[in-house]
Amino acid sequence: MDKPHSHIVEQLSEYIDGELDAGTAADVEQHLAGCGDCRTLVTELRAVAARASSLVDTPPQQDLWDGVAARIVTRPHAVRGIREVARRRFSFTLTQLAAAGIALMVLSGGMVWLTSSGDSRADFPVAIGADRDLPAVAPVRLSETHYEGAIEDLEEILERGRAQLDAETVRVLEQNLKSIDAAIEECRSALAKDPANAYLNNHLAAARQRKLALLRRATALTAGS
Amino acid sequence: MRTEAILLRPGTTLTALSRTDTADDVALAAGGDVRAFERLYRAHLPKVHSLVRRMAAGRDTDELTQDVFVRVWQKLGSFRGESAFGTWLHRLAVNVVIERFRADTLRRQRYHDGEDIFEVLPARATRGDLSMDFESALTKLPDGAREIFVLHDVEGYKHREIAELLEISAGTSKAQLHRARMILRRHLGGQQ
Repeated sequence: MDKPHSHIVEQLSEYIDGELDAGTAADVEQHLAGCGDCRTLVTELRAVAARASSLVDTPPQQDLWDGVAARIVTRPHAVRGIREVARRRFSFTLTQLAAAGIALMVLSGGMVWLTSSGDSRADFPVAIGADRDLPAVAPVRLSETHYEGAIEDLEEILERGRAQLDAETVRVLEQNLKSIDAAIEECRSALAKDPANAYLNNHLAAARQRKLALLRRATALTAGS
Repeated sequence: MRTEAILLRPGTTLTALSRTDTADDVALAAGGDVRAFERLYRAHLPKVHSLVRRMAAGRDTDELTQDVFVRVWQKLGSFRGESAFGTWLHRLAVNVVIERFRADTLRRQRYHDGEDIFEVLPARATRGDLSMDFESALTKLPDGAREIFVLHDVEGYKHREIAELLEISAGTSKAQLHRARMILRRHLGGQQ
């Protein structure tokens, strides 16, 4: 027995979205074959959906950035840009570097870099600040085996430019690097017992990325001097 | 070992690179870089503002948009990279709008509005800027139906996702979507 017209009408959106089971869809199609009103309705509903999906996004009439900026600059853990630091002879305060270290740890803890899979997210650089005029580092696409080499290169660059950083900056930098190295070592030890553990592998990749990011920023500081 | 990937390029600014790489800016912003965050803001502003405007029917759109970006700034540390940044931001924007209006009206009531909308949304009589007319028609939909229509037909959410976001059943989402389409088809009727 055919379903009543009103019942079919209520199912037409699901029908055009392909969300009805095969049997119900067949019932609807059988009804449509004999109901011109419903065929018209299907056409109209499809037109509405099509119009909705083609709407163009537009910006507001006035820029809203000032209002946003006014509310975020007071964020306690915001880290100052490197340019501002550079004006002070690349001298980070302990608080700034500590904040940067914390920010890196917090950020990196959640960023899983599947370097061995070639996931593009593995190229995600982490930095403690940025500026328009500083020399930059190209995005990185490294296999796992390249990480150590990359880190060695950056350490070498940093060593050469070390004299341009003040003692406190170097001290805190080394402290952060030491913590990251410890994390890397812990991961390696754990992985020796459980090499297939995805969680540990991800953490190792993240720790390496943290170290790489910190070194990149540090070398950028020396290069900018 | 020398790598082909890490190159310090004099004259190449980090900003220039970052502008083309949202991932870079997300990382920088999460570390407190306001300039990087501004670049993210500018890249995503049209989409966020349009989403907010449509969902909120134009009410407090600018303020809500600012709320969204402030929330993004506050939550950047929790972004895991498991989805695209834009997808994450978008979901967060939807939540901000929903939270704002959740307190306004009992949610269940929002999905059982009267049918008087059929009287206040006349069929479109003249041709003009079709997009703007359609946007205007959206604002006249009942709140619940409009939210679901925007999420499903404009933004591409699935009913189960909408149900989760709005704390309703998938069946209610489907029914309200159909209701919104049935209302809007009258508006588009003059354009076919």
